[in-house]
Amino acid sequence: MQDLLLKLLPNLMVRIPEFIDSIIDTLKMVAISGGFVFLFGILIGVTLIVTRDGGILEQRAVFQAFDKLINIFRSVPFVILISLLLPLTRLIVHTSIGVKGAIVPLVIGTVPFFARQVEAALSEIDKGVIEAAKAMGMGPVTIIFKIYLREGIPALARATTITAINLLGLTAMAGAVGAGGLGDFAIRYGHNRYMTDITWVTTIVLILFVCVIQVAGNFIAKRSTH
Amino acid sequence: MIMETIIEFQNLKKKFETKDHVVEAVRDVSLRIQRGEIYGIIGFSGAGKSTLVRCINMLEKPSSGKVIVDGVELSALGEKALRHERKKIGMIFQQFNLMPSRTVFDNVALALHGSGLSKEKTEKKVEQLLEYVGLSERANSYPSQLSGGQKQRVAIARALANDPKVLLCDEATSALDPQTTRAILELLRRLNKELGITVVVITHEMNVIKRICDHVAVMENGEVVEEGDVFSVFASPQKQITKDFINITSNLTEIYDLVERKDPIVDLQSGEVLAMLKFRNATVSEPLISSVSKEFDVVCNILFGDLDIISGAPIGGTVVIFGGEEEKVTSALNHLTDKGISVEVIRDARSASKIIA
Repeated sequence: MQDLLLKLLPNLMVRIPEFIDSIIDTLKMVAISGGFVFLFGILIGVTLIVTRDGGILEQRAVFQAFDKLINIFRSVPFVILISLLLPLTRLIVHTSIGVKGAIVPLVIGTVPFFARQVEAALSEIDKGVIEAAKAMGMGPVTIIFKIYLREGIPALARATTITAINLLGLTAMAGAVGAGGLGDFAIRYGHNRYMTDITWVTTIVLILFVCVIQVAGNFIAKRSTH
Repeated sequence: MIMETIIEFQNLKKKFETKDHVVEAVRDVSLRIQRGEIYGIIGFSGAGKSTLVRCINMLEKPSSGKVIVDGVELSALGEKALRHERKKIGMIFQQFNLMPSRTVFDNVALALHGSGLSKEKTEKKVEQLLEYVGLSERANSYPSQLSGGQKQRVAIARALANDPKVLLCDEATSALDPQTTRAILELLRRLNKELGITVVVITHEMNVIKRICDHVAVMENGEVVEEGDVFSVFASPQKQITKDFINITSNLTEIYDLVERKDPIVDLQSGEVLAMLKFRNATVSEPLISSVSKEFDVVCNILFGDLDIISGAPIGGTVVIFGGEEEKVTSALNHLTDKGISVEVIRDARSASKIIA
């Protein structure tokens, strides 16, 4: 078995500890930036929903500001965003490389995408349900927590799944500019040094991650749909 | 019973402004709704009735004018005070608007959120409410597992949770089949009688008005064009739109189609008269047709009948072919007119010289 693996994956087998470290780095990047993205994305997505025309806290100026900001950030390619954000990254985490250095661009690059997803997810909620809540005498805060974020769970689960998979892809890209993780591992050995076995295995691991995220997301969405 | 106003509109106006034009959904409506009654507002879609009813709980803010509910001018309140007042006004909707992710029980319990009731008291209250609307055994079902009528019952239980004084029904039966509609209307009448809740019903179906309402307002183009107690409005509608609504619910007007199509059923023998009789007062309790038939020795062939009991008094009409000796037919028709029946001769096969209309 050992021999077979050594024969099939000669370059990987001698770098197992490094490989495991890069898997852990990737998971860290996804988990930490994912947490921030989820928080800020929900916050901004809810802000968009409640401040838009006909929303429960209609505020045209606020809506327009967030709407435009999202559009601007979404139109900057991620690789360029990383370099644009270097000064900010250094300011916040005092480094621009490694897992820490990757968090800031990953969060800022993904929040606008997720906020849009949240907005779309929450706008699926029947307007009549919101009207009924208002008629019951509920205030905006109660409506956000008891209706939007509760009735929106299935759609939010789907949005989170898509965003998490997206984020995983971006960590690989961040890897290319010094963030570490599986992307970095694959590029450093697989691409730059023609160690194709490393490229293949890294890809398979990433596919597995995507599958796990998708299955978990589907499960939550299904469980919360009645 | 002492009449006491519970809902009052004073010169209410509501405009919707879009980029290119202004829509006046409600133009200058002044109305009073009495405590404890069932008040119907009828109109075709776009007449402004839904907007008007939404002005009662300020889901739509009036452009001008006042709304006073139970002595409080809602149109002058701030958001927080308004939310407090809204708890005293229940509302149900055409599409039920239940929360799909919550069970029947939780849907009703949600209305008690922030009411300060303990968990046990909330549970007890929800159970009582579900019992009242006859859905106790479905407490753990989700809305998607219920029929339309059951969903509306849950919505009613939810609307009653905060012991409201007023229940607003926005086309509450329009998405339901006739049998379910009847059951829901029965429930509305029951809660009106038993709990003393004033019910405001918005509908485009005259049958709903006929079945449960005490007073009715007819709306057209954002205005109330006719208003009064249901019996008088049915007995002598003033405006064309009111007549249209009444005609829709009655099958009497079908006779005109039959005459138009020259259906064999309206072919008359010589000397016969086809007439529509309309009853406008309580005389219908007398066996008029039968007594006319005996007294004047005429044959009465009833083609259609459409009689209804509205607010406890009969109203409606019949389409009859009268046959027999011409003079007798004529006297019979005159007798009916004398009795206060409106007689409309639709076709006449009496010899021309003897026609008396």
